[in-house]
Amino acid sequence: MKKITALLLTTVLAVSLVGCGGTGTKDTADVKSEGVMTYAEYVAADLDSEVVIETYVQAKQSWWDNQATVYTQDKDGAYFLYNMACSEEDYEKLTPGTKIKVTGYKSEWSGEVEITDATFEIEEGSYIAPAEDITALLGTDELINHQNEFVSFKGMTVEASADADGNEVPFLYSWDGSGQDGDDLYFNVSLDGETYTFTVESYLCDNTTDVYKTVQSLQVGDTVDMEGFLYWYEGVNPHITSVTVK
Amino acid sequence: MMRNMKKAVSVFLLFVLIAAGTVSLTGCHGSKGLKAFEIPEQFDTSRAYEITFWAKNDTNKTQTAIYEQAIRDFEEIYPNITVNLRLYTDYGKIYNDVITNIATRTTPNVCITYPDHIATYLTGTNLVVPLETLFTDEAYGLGGSEVRFDSPTVDEMIPQFLAECEFGGHTYAIPFMRSTEACYINQTYVEALGYTLPEVLTWDFIWEVSEAAMAKDAEGNFKVNGQKVLIPFIDKSTDNLMIEMLKQRNAAYSTEEGDIGLFHDTTKELLKTIAEHGKSGAFSTFKISGYPANFLNAGQCIFAIDSTAGATWMGTNAPLSDISEDKIVDFETVVMPIPQFDPTHPKMISQGPSVCLFNRSDPQEVLASWLFAQYLLTNEVQIAYAQTEGYVPVTAKAQESESYQDYLSRSGEDNTTYYDVKLQATKLLLSNTDNTFVTPVFNGSTSLRDAAGQLVENTVKAVRRKQEVDDAYIEKLYSDMTALYHLDQIGNAKGISAERMELGKLPKTAVLLLTGLVTVWILILGYAGIKWAKKKHNSRAHY
Repeated sequence: MKKITALLLTTVLAVSLVGCGGTGTKDTADVKSEGVMTYAEYVAADLDSEVVIETYVQAKQSWWDNQATVYTQDKDGAYFLYNMACSEEDYEKLTPGTKIKVTGYKSEWSGEVEITDATFEIEEGSYIAPAEDITALLGTDELINHQNEFVSFKGMTVEASADADGNEVPFLYSWDGSGQDGDDLYFNVSLDGETYTFTVESYLCDNTTDVYKTVQSLQVGDTVDMEGFLYWYEGVNPHITSVTVK
Repeated sequence: MMRNMKKAVSVFLLFVLIAAGTVSLTGCHGSKGLKAFEIPEQFDTSRAYEITFWAKNDTNKTQTAIYEQAIRDFEEIYPNITVNLRLYTDYGKIYNDVITNIATRTTPNVCITYPDHIATYLTGTNLVVPLETLFTDEAYGLGGSEVRFDSPTVDEMIPQFLAECEFGGHTYAIPFMRSTEACYINQTYVEALGYTLPEVLTWDFIWEVSEAAMAKDAEGNFKVNGQKVLIPFIDKSTDNLMIEMLKQRNAAYSTEEGDIGLFHDTTKELLKTIAEHGKSGAFSTFKISGYPANFLNAGQCIFAIDSTAGATWMGTNAPLSDISEDKIVDFETVVMPIPQFDPTHPKMISQGPSVCLFNRSDPQEVLASWLFAQYLLTNEVQIAYAQTEGYVPVTAKAQESESYQDYLSRSGEDNTTYYDVKLQATKLLLSNTDNTFVTPVFNGSTSLRDAAGQLVENTVKAVRRKQEVDDAYIEKLYSDMTALYHLDQIGNAKGISAERMELGKLPKTAVLLLTGLVTVWILILGYAGIKWAKKKHNSRAHY
């Protein structure tokens, strides 16, 4: 119990520390260790080239068969680590904020730039990225520059989706309504006449989480603020981690 | 703190009780697991049964709706049986969940699966119900006298599909749907490159056209599509790719007994060819680049090899799409059998979902499960489900029915039910059923299949990463794959039965299952010990 309380307090403290820093912390760039790329160098690196980065765990999506998929970010940008070699024991250590040095290959899958075939080591340091409001960037070419970052969208409107029977509903289980409780949730939100499809990725946020339950209770026409990771699949496909109905 | 401790102890004891209870109900016939299923003389309809059905769909809402309708219809016929549906979109996830649930004895009653996966499930004694006696049971078998719906007889099952579910001396599954792989081709681009599609697609042709398509203009755009992106040839399933290439070359993959034959000079030669085209960018895979359909429909791929069960995603007018409409280009789609080395003897894989039954201590519950599984073979379910994708029904009864023949005759009437690409894919399999094959099933065949695919994936990744793929690389790759998939530990296996007798290290999944079973027994013994000690203590106190 004491451990849980201590952990909770530490997390709250960490979040409040970064939360007090304003809307962004890009003014204090990361200082990288010897032989480690800056975020700019990572962006400039060719696809399929080896990359070495230092980054901080923001959230974990899944672990299976000694492979972990993790959302990470430093003060300059984000890195999605897909199926990184990771023991189950080490996976437990990858708590939000944990600093890791990652060696892998820069890859692209259906528009999502990620690091694959990676290994990692845990380093000293901690950072939790604040959610940057990128609502105004939706529909612009600039949006992709924030790929994989922890971001927020404000004041969007829930639009109807068509379910398996053609009925108008506020969300779908799976992309076309072919799923059921526990599967990914898909919902449409609009801003200035443009509609976007956002996702609650069930490995990242399963059906016991607040965000999953909140989306299940959405109504068409609700105005919502959201936070999540700016994932990409054949276009922008944010993995939403929190929804607040206004 | 003490309250938490007490709670933890209570939870532990509760778990022990549940575990003990579960095992005592099912394991009283010895320590080897469940008693072998025996068909009850009569189905007890005075009792209510609740069974679970884990089903796989291709992320397709029509398929989900068909499952739901089938359950409603079945429950109407058998009001005392309730079927709970759990949906999956991935065979691998079903497999993982079954393995996890075997240890806790919470497997589904009826489960869509691959025969390869069943081979691992068979590690547990009598866990999967052999079906051959059920098939032929006069009362409750296929077309049996006591079955309340019009089901096919054994003779009406397509023998080849049924044979695919036979291994280890038993029939452990019912084929549900069958598909194969097909090559979906942008004929418009093939012809723009100055080629004409041959009658039978060959590997030489596909490589040649793919390389020709790599030509760029001065601005760096590919000449054939005018875009910055083009991967002329993308393969969805690289395990199938390697397996099919080896089969076409009459080269070893594995024996029926489970001897591994994957790592040899023909495989090396194939990998070097794949490396050559991976290096030029003319070839890539689903795992490396993305869904072939997305590239094909965006005019960024010319040859997309994928399942016939993925046909509704292929082509300019595909009813299903993951890319935005503005990215879709106009082109003529042609569906052909996969490329061949010997056009006179075409060979392609047979695949598709099968259904297995998990055993229970209550044979009446198993019989209820069997009745539902059998219901999935009725014309209503078979024809409806087959129409959702480029699947074919597994019964002659359905294939020859007027309704199905009418469906086949209406290709191209619309871009939904009668979508021409889907019907081309379906007819491809119907006319090539005799050219299909399956790989041997044994405990470890899933790992071997994974290794076959990974050889291709790693080779393509290596050349993309500027590594040299030569003899030394491939020899190391063989060694790495053998270690990663523990293939050296199944190499001497002689089929399912014999493998059980081998004392070598088991695959990870089997170890998981056995560990779970051992843990439960330790808990039971621990609980019994505590009870015995308490009883002894109490009886002393009384005296």
